[in-house]
Amino acid sequence: MADPNKVDPIHQFQITDIVSFGEGGVSFTNSALFMVLSVGVIALYLLLSTQKRSLVPNRVQLVSEMLYEFVAKMVSDSAGKAGMKFFPFVFSLFMFVLVANMFGMIPFFFTFTSHIIITFALALLVFVVVIVYGVYKNGLKFFKLFVPSGVPGYVLPIVVPIEVVSFLSRPISLSVRLFANILAGHITLKVFAGFIVTLGGLGFLGWLGALLPLIMTVAITALEFLVAALQAYVFAVLTSMYINDAIHPSH
Amino acid sequence: MAGSAQDIIIVAQAESGDALQQGEVVAPAEEHAAEGEHAAPADAHGATDTHASTEAHSEVFPPFDPASFGGQLLWLAITFAALYFLMSRVALPRIGSILETRRTRIEGDLKEAERLRQETEKAAAAYEAALAEARKNAHGIAEETRAGIKADIDGRRADVEATLAKRVSEAEARIQADKDAALANVGGIAAETAQALVAKISGTVTAAEARAAVAAVSKE
Repeated sequence: MADPNKVDPIHQFQITDIVSFGEGGVSFTNSALFMVLSVGVIALYLLLSTQKRSLVPNRVQLVSEMLYEFVAKMVSDSAGKAGMKFFPFVFSLFMFVLVANMFGMIPFFFTFTSHIIITFALALLVFVVVIVYGVYKNGLKFFKLFVPSGVPGYVLPIVVPIEVVSFLSRPISLSVRLFANILAGHITLKVFAGFIVTLGGLGFLGWLGALLPLIMTVAITALEFLVAALQAYVFAVLTSMYINDAIHPSH
Repeated sequence: MAGSAQDIIIVAQAESGDALQQGEVVAPAEEHAAEGEHAAPADAHGATDTHASTEAHSEVFPPFDPASFGGQLLWLAITFAALYFLMSRVALPRIGSILETRRTRIEGDLKEAERLRQETEKAAAAYEAALAEARKNAHGIAEETRAGIKADIDGRRADVEATLAKRVSEAEARIQADKDAALANVGGIAAETAQALVAKISGTVTAAEARAAVAAVSKE
């Protein structure tokens, strides 16, 4: 950056190479680094905290158990007992998104859930899993999903296309919801934080003026922690509900 | 959706650019101007922008940069597959087994507690029964003892009374005999007394005469 006072809210989303593997090869970027870190933190925490397999859990083990039971309840509530087959999948998604979002709240950390390609890939994975498992499990009955029961026949020509469109838009809504929330939150935070720096450079009155964006930044930071957890939860809940559609396609 | 996100970004950048008041414009404004879609905010500053910080920015908004898609997808696939494998094969079965062990243990303990409770109740009932039995027996024994003692006392008292009665009757018989003997002697004494009296008063009298006189008097 030419000027240290210059605030660039987009810079945080920039992907930079950390290690390049040869010419035009695949590089290990900051995005990849945080994916690896997320997986590492999740795996290390869950494995180390449960290593003793205590009958009476200590605090760290209790956190792992609570995460397990939280997601297990979410899946079984949405998709029933048959849905528990997808429990590891939903749990992985939830933890991956949650830790990625929470990492994003740490200054100078890269947030890979703010990249549409990541969230879209995850959403598409859910979408494909739902279709493949739905067709595998129910055969052609899976497409009853688009024909709500109890709807009179003459309405079907209108209802079925709506159902199809809503089904096809799922990966888009699922991915854009997460991506846009994280992206917008991070930009807002950076913009307000930038105001503090710029106003602070204007002398005493500027300092007074900088108080307002400072308060805003603190408030938005708190809000962003909420959003980070909430979006991971929403992603996992919607995944559970879509999986329920694959298992029980009739409405 | 994507378009509106870009709108936000451009507005935000325009604001931060204004706040700087340094005649500089952040690079993305120019970049978006190149897209031709949002030319208006870019035009206001485009002319002054001389040093776009291309070292920090590629030509597009980074989250939409297709150049990064391939690498990110590859790393996402690697990391997410690793995560899924670790979760489904190691972490989740382990936590599940911990919870399952605890649940069965608690259920077992509760069952054991219930069993012990029933046993306790049974023991308490047996104790109650034994106590009632003992109480009944104790009562019986007391009654028996009391009756035994009473019979004993009664027997002894009867003995004593019989002995006493016998002695009383013997004594009475002896008294009667003494009395009879005494009474039998009364006549003789009277005659002697009379003889002595008469002899004192009037001379001698024979014992036979005195005796006859006494008998005559005592007949009257």
